Order: sequence, then C-alpha cells, then structure tokens
Amino acid sequence: MLDEIRETKGLQLFLGLIFGIVFGFLLQKGGVSNYDIILAQLRLQDFTVLKIMLSAVIVTMIGISILRPTGLIKIHVKGGSIKNSIIGGLIFGVGFGTLGYCPGTIAAAVGSGNLDGLIGGMIGIIIGTGIFASMYSKLREKKLFTEDRFSKISIFDKIEGNALKFTVPFAVILFFFMVILEIAGL
Amino acid sequence: MNVFRLEMWSPYVVGILIGLLNIVTLIVSDKALGASTSFAKTSGMIRKLFNKEKVQKNEYYLKVAPTVDWGWMLVVGIIIGSFISAKLSGAFDVITVPYMWQAEISTSFFLRFIIAMFGGITLGIGARWAGGCTSGHGISGTAQLSILSWVAAICFFIGGIASALLIYGI
Repeated sequence: MLDEIRETKGLQLFLGLIFGIVFGFLLQKGGVSNYDIILAQLRLQDFTVLKIMLSAVIVTMIGISILRPTGLIKIHVKGGSIKNSIIGGLIFGVGFGTLGYCPGTIAAAVGSGNLDGLIGGMIGIIIGTGIFASMYSKLREKKLFTEDRFSKISIFDKIEGNALKFTVPFAVILFFFMVILEIAGL
Repeated sequence: MNVFRLEMWSPYVVGILIGLLNIVTLIVSDKALGASTSFAKTSGMIRKLFNKEKVQKNEYYLKVAPTVDWGWMLVVGIIIGSFISAKLSGAFDVITVPYMWQAEISTSFFLRFIIAMFGGITLGIGARWAGGCTSGHGISGTAQLSILSWVAAICFFIGGIASALLIYGI
C-alpha cells in the first residue's frame, strides 16, 4: 500500500505541493520568510532561525530513531565529501548573508510579498545553480568536487542496537543549548 | 480558527511541526524536505529552451534531471503556503527593500537588487557544491545524522555570520 502511494507519480506531485504549502505556511508563521529575522540571526541578535532548526532536528531525529527499525521509513543521506561541505558551505554562507534568504525561505519570502527575493534572489539562485552545472565536470576533474569516505554515511548506521541511546542524549544537549539561549534572552 | 490568523507562532512550535512534517514526508513520499535541487532543475529547464543538446550532454543535468518532480512542487507549495499564512494574519506586504536594509544601508532598490542577485548566485553555486541548503542539509541531513550535513550546516552559518557582520558591522 505504502509502496503504491510512493510510486504513483501524479499523486506524489500533488503531495509535494501539499507538503510545500504546509512547509511554507510554517516558515511564514515562524517569521523566517522575513529578511530582518534571518539577518538578526546572522548578526547574532535573535536566534529564531536556530530555534526552529534545532526543534525540527530533534523531532525528526527522534522520529527516525523510533520508526526506522519498523521499516516504515528509510534515511536518505547525501553523497559528497568534507571538502565539498566546507567549500560549498562557506560559499553558500556568503550568499546566505548577502541575500538574506536561503532556497527554502526565499520561496516563503516571495509568497509574503518580498520583491527583492523574487526579482533579485530567486533569479540569482537559478543562475547560480546553472553556473554550477556548467562548472561541475571541471570541478570533478580538478578534484574540487569529490566523494570521500563520509559520502552517504550516517551515524545511524554506526549505532549498534537501539538508536535512541544515542539520539536521546544528543537531543537533550540540543535542548539545553536552547534553554541557554532563552536564559540569555536571545 | 484564530491561531491561523496570528502573525507569528513560537519558533519551537514551528520547529516541532516542521519536524513532524519531515517524518510524514519520509513515510508517505520516501523523501526529506529540501529546496535547492529544485532551483538547479529550473536552471536546466530554462537552459533547455535555448540549447537543448548542451543540457542533455551536461554531466550535472544527467544526475539532476531538469524535470518537474516532488521537490519542485514542494517549492511551488512553499510560495503558496507562505502567501496563505501572510494573508490570513494580514502580514502580507509588498516590499522592495527589507526594513533592516532600508534603515541601515540604503533605500535604493537598485542597490538591494544588485546585492540580492549577487547573493543569490553565490547561494546557488554554494548549495549545489555542498549538495544541499539550510533545509536539505541544515534540517533533514543533520537530523539523519549525516556527518557531511553537520559540516555543511556549520559552514553555512560561519559564512553567513561573517558576511552579515561585514555588511552591517559588528
């Protein structure tokens, strides 16, 4: 039954749209469709962005720990290398700070009326991904885009027995980090 | 339902609900939330209009096919969902220059447009180089305990904090 749902293409396109609507609704309600809130995070004045991200990570991580052993969900870990993550991550960061939105929140920003997101940012991201596609073969040749031993590796596969014995303590650490943010008034 | 008309929800409530949404998408669609691949697909679709052969031969577009798929519809949905939320609360506001930028940098749309375009291009290159964005790596990847995603997410913020402080001063 589940496999049938996952493999029905038209239905999945529709579900993608519905999930997107929910995601966009939540991003807007969280305030992260707003440039000022994202920049306040990057200027370390307000930690709304990080609070949303860490709460989402805790719930997803615990959910995976419980549901993965039942076979109901599989994990999908991205391939690549530490080198790609560092180079790409820092370049992304510069774009994040100058644009003030990321690929998900810019869609939410456009939906709530930010024209700089639509005319400048969204078109810019499309051009940027296009430039990357053109650079891709060269980057691989020059070993600037690689795969290493961490490619597609998840710590979930390294934990023996119940994953909760790792994810619960980790979630507690992330939780206390958020408690500290609240105490600090951030 | 009054709660849908509120301008903002607690970041923790929003985060928990995004986490639950992520679990639902993993169950129902066998996919985790992410946004940047859809922009790469769009770039391929547009380039196909001008030079179909080149796109068909491009190594990257062979891997990331420029077609409308689940993730692409997700991004379309984000625009609609945000619009609905903003309309319900009355927060919908057509602005050309963000308020913080107006107050501290300039009210010129042209300047903001140039910088936003530069930022977008940089963001697009970086996202595909790293293999994901704030959603794909930052939430979905880190929650799946991918080491590469944790490294990427930390670098997103290092680069982001550095450039924001450079623009606005410490």
